[in-house]
Amino acid sequence: MTAPTQSMGNPSSEGWFGDFGGRFVPEPLMPACLELEAAFTDAWADPAFHAEFESVLSSFGGRPTPVSECLRLSEELGIRLLLKREDLAHTGSHKINNVIGQALLTKRMGKTKMIAETGAGQHGVASATAAALLGLECTVYMGEVDTKRQALNVFRMELLGAKVHPVTSGSRTLKDAVNEAMRTWVAEVDDTHYCLGSVMGPHPFPWMVREFQSILGREARGQCEKILGDVPDYVVACVGGGSNAAGIFSGFANSRAQLIGVEALGGAAIASGIPGVLHGMMSQLLQDEAGQINEAHSISAGLDYPGIGPEHAHLAATGRATYATAGDDEVLDALQRLSRTEGIIPALEPAHALAWIINEAGRAIPTGSTVLLNMSGRGDKDVAQVREILQAKGLYQ
Amino acid sequence: MSRPHLETHLRAKVASGGKLLVPYLMAGQSDDWLDTVQALAEAGADAIEIGLPFSDPIMDGPVIQQAAVVALERGTTPESALRELATLDLDIPLVVMTYYNLIFRAGHDRFAGRLAEVGVSGCILPDLSLEEMDDWGRAASAAGVDTVLLVAPSTSVERAQMICDRSRGFLYAVGRMGVTGERAEISHQVAEVVEKVKPLTTLPVCVGVGVSNPAQAAQVTGLADGAVVGSALVRRLLEGAGPEGAASFIASLRHAIDQRG
Ligand SMILES: Cc1ncc(COP(=O)(O)O)c(C=O)c1O
Repeated sequence: MTAPTQSMGNPSSEGWFGDFGGRFVPEPLMPACLELEAAFTDAWADPAFHAEFESVLSSFGGRPTPVSECLRLSEELGIRLLLKREDLAHTGSHKINNVIGQALLTKRMGKTKMIAETGAGQHGVASATAAALLGLECTVYMGEVDTKRQALNVFRMELLGAKVHPVTSGSRTLKDAVNEAMRTWVAEVDDTHYCLGSVMGPHPFPWMVREFQSILGREARGQCEKILGDVPDYVVACVGGGSNAAGIFSGFANSRAQLIGVEALGGAAIASGIPGVLHGMMSQLLQDEAGQINEAHSISAGLDYPGIGPEHAHLAATGRATYATAGDDEVLDALQRLSRTEGIIPALEPAHALAWIINEAGRAIPTGSTVLLNMSGRGDKDVAQVREILQAKGLYQ
Repeated sequence: MSRPHLETHLRAKVASGGKLLVPYLMAGQSDDWLDTVQALAEAGADAIEIGLPFSDPIMDGPVIQQAAVVALERGTTPESALRELATLDLDIPLVVMTYYNLIFRAGHDRFAGRLAEVGVSGCILPDLSLEEMDDWGRAASAAGVDTVLLVAPSTSVERAQMICDRSRGFLYAVGRMGVTGERAEISHQVAEVVEKVKPLTTLPVCVGVGVSNPAQAAQVTGLADGAVVGSALVRRLLEGAGPEGAASFIASLRHAIDQRG
């Protein structure tokens, strides 16, 4: 099986990746999107900005993160499984890469405040962290349902000096947190940057966030070449909005590696979505006949999103990447299995990617394949929820 | 259904020295919403904006969000709202205001055609940017539907010129940086945005977002050609004002506006 290779290039000048992307925002926000695009383009062409970005990520963010071999699980599955250890980055997930980039950019634009949305709380914690580091004010919008599911992350954000604003509109989850952050951005755009947490939203966010996350893909490519002497046969990542997947895919898109994104079964924008416009972008969306957006449902707050970043919709359309799903039960199994066999408690989000690998090893993934999984975050934030679920199922006393 | 056409009607009123009052309500927000539309027309509205409820209204504050929730819970769909509008006998134009996904989902030509069929001659899509409006714009003009565009306080003069050139019906001047909702005071940004666009267009310029009471409506129409009043009316309707309460509120705005003129 050979995958088509294709590098993940820049979007068109209006922010399109093929038929997806663009900039669908109310006029009051258009000037801010244009300003941000200009500021990012300028910064990203500036070696001094790259140097600062990389230096903060190494001295503060814990980069580079290692690639670990899963010896015991590999043997059980009959494949060679490697993990890119974003769980070891500061704040416990890949989200730190993006927020350091955007916080530095916020300062470069002369803004003093950041707002952010969060689902699981990881992006909120990362944003609060970057804001504390760089002396920015930070407010995080979080669906009320998620503030309950992830109460400890609310406390973490507050410890870090951020304000957490519970969102009570709509489904009270990630999608509504994005709505509320956008509404606030309209009113406060003068001195406020909206630090979006994934490769979604209006141009330039999907492109910019991918670029900030591409650092993990570049590292992983070099690390795989050292360990395997080659690229892996499969590169697998979970997909909520798609930032950790975009980061790791970008390191391998021009290689023969097969790229697999794994969505939550109840939030599968590629498998069950229809093209449409939400949160400033054209992408694949869960929606009804009339175009009302449906709520996503998953055990993982970080994947409870009815859309997907536009570049993923494009990669799916061209066939360069393939998108699969994992359901709640197999995700719980995968989480426990990795914990026991490798001593790594994964977050629920990357446990989706692992669940797919476990299911498909020896099936869609031929025995003997090399597989790189992006371990996008650690499970600390999820252990209380997982314990409750296991207790409720009678699987833990 | 020979309702007057949006731009023709509004230009004529402004040419005769009148000021424009454009109330907004959400389709399906109550059982008697159609009676309310009728009552608003009789109370002195020059055109009426009909919101079609969308699940994720990013340009709207809590009041209009709530109206959308109520309307959706009552089973309102774009098609059900349009079908009901077709039954009205009105002598002022109707403008639909909603979000782009509903149109994209229905199909540009089909949706524009339906608007024309039911006698809606204008459409406002706040999240459809100038850069992305070509396909809709073509379908709308083919169907004879005016697409009203927004200019914001943050819009540059160069952008404002492009927006003025593409807008039809009227020009919607966003009166403050923020989402829809009532405000205690009219922002200084109203004067700035109106001064910015007035030299750029002969279209009627209506100010919306934040116009909440008769005094504010009078103040705003002292600067611009008209006022759009949304949240202040929608809140009263959510509180149960009914067609009569809505009409008396709009009549009070009408009176304040005309008094000043
Ligand atoms: C650990 C982890 N992985 C993945 C995600 C999903 O986001 P994305 O698809 O942008 O990587 C989240 C979101 O909160 C997360 O916390």
